[in-house]
Amino acid sequence: MADKKGPETWKEMNPGCMVFRPGSSREYHTGSWRAQKPVWQNEKCIKCGICYIFCPEGCIKEDEEGYFVADLNYCKGCGICAHECWPGAIKMVEED
Amino acid sequence: MSKRIGMEVAIAAAEAAALCRFDVAAVYPITPQSHVAEHLSDIVADGRIDAEFITVESEHSALSSAIGAAGTGARVVTATSSQGLMYMHEVLPIASAMRLPIVMIIANRAVSGPLNIWNDHTDIMHERDTGWISLFAQNGQEVVDMTIQAFKIGEHRDVMLPVNVNMDGFQLTHMVEPILMPEQEEVDKFLPAYKPYAMVHPDTPVSMGTLAMPEFYAEALKAKDMAMAASRKIIAQVWKDWEKQFGRKYEPIEAHRAEDAEVLMLTMGSMGETAEIAINELRKHGVKAGLLKLKLWRPFPFEELKKLTKNAKVLVVTDRAVSFGGPGGPVCGEVKAALYDEPNRPKIVNYLIGLGGRDLTISDFVDMMKRAAEATKKMPAEAYEYYGVRE
Ligand code: SF4
Ligand code: SF4
Repeated sequence: MADKKGPETWKEMNPGCMVFRPGSSREYHTGSWRAQKPVWQNEKCIKCGICYIFCPEGCIKEDEEGYFVADLNYCKGCGICAHECWPGAIKMVEED
Repeated sequence: MSKRIGMEVAIAAAEAAALCRFDVAAVYPITPQSHVAEHLSDIVADGRIDAEFITVESEHSALSSAIGAAGTGARVVTATSSQGLMYMHEVLPIASAMRLPIVMIIANRAVSGPLNIWNDHTDIMHERDTGWISLFAQNGQEVVDMTIQAFKIGEHRDVMLPVNVNMDGFQLTHMVEPILMPEQEEVDKFLPAYKPYAMVHPDTPVSMGTLAMPEFYAEALKAKDMAMAASRKIIAQVWKDWEKQFGRKYEPIEAHRAEDAEVLMLTMGSMGETAEIAINELRKHGVKAGLLKLKLWRPFPFEELKKLTKNAKVLVVTDRAVSFGGPGGPVCGEVKAALYDEPNRPKIVNYLIGLGGRDLTISDFVDMMKRAAEATKKMPAEAYEYYGVRE
């Protein structure tokens, strides 16, 4: 569960497991699930933004030059970005 | 003062919800429905209360919309029956897990197949463990009263659970009964405006319907179960408030001539009224017969049942649903579990009756009571019997 702290006992559960702290899901690093990571080869990239749109984690960001990068704290390695990229600019490589 | 009127019970149920000033009704008019759906729609369309009626494409969406609406802090009512309730099933435990006090009016009916839309309790029995409070009405008056009570019970901060009000399909829903309909001011006094625990609003950010990993899931379920346990006290309190204001008494189990009874019968729903006449007949003939009418199905009134059955020799439990390959009807299974630790528990006989709208007369109940003593000798070889089935 990464470093996220939750309620200790059932009495500490908020009714309905409601969470009142906005943005708290950021503390859950889904990146720990990953077996492969996407690697961008920018020379092939046409900056269409498809990878950015399709990423189910919403963890792909555009950099200053208009290329795309994944935040590896949240990238779960699903490979959707690589599958959707038309020019084949993204390769999934094994994690060490 | 309440006015005595003649009204179809399903329509009266919708009127009771209107008296509670619901904000949203989300209902799908599937067959089988009852007039609750269309009358709720009429009430909103006529502008009688300031509410939204969400027209949805299915029962699954009806309850999902109800959850969404309740999440914004609305007082929400929905209604269904039989197959429709089964279609909602997936969403029922979510409503209770999210602790949203939605009220659902259910016209209890058989489920297919064989295809059948008549009255029994099969539909709600499938929903037993979804974390909803379940009230059972025996007549139109109780449907109206329980619908109003349901909002107050469910919305209490110690509870925050959805509540279903069960009324027998046809036997109640399609009957015109004399009903004391409370006045708006009376209901306003009984049921204050809904103050939600939380609501989805830009000023008060909240995540609802969250994920619970294995290290939290069990804690979440226990918290919900404890809310259900806590509801016993609140239900008793709401019923006491009701009695004080409206003069009609409600108990988890209504006992009729049970104090000195040797043979007791237990019923749920509208059959209680027929069974009561049968009990009175038997008493006239010197049989020490008594009746227990179960009004609260969840949370199950274990303590009340123990107290009321401790002097009886035989307890006849009637079930209007079947648990295939199980220990008998679902009500009987519960009753047996409740009494297992009692040193002087009565012998228990279980009849499966009134399935798929099969009619039951006073003499059927008399017959069941008379045969009960005989049936106990055969136990446990015949744990339950399909009463009146052609062999
Ligand atoms: S691998 Fe999946 S999660 Fe990771 S960046 Fe690509 S699409 Fe997003
Ligand atoms: S999908 Fe491929 S080509 Fe398009 S922006 Fe992403 S990496 Fe570049």
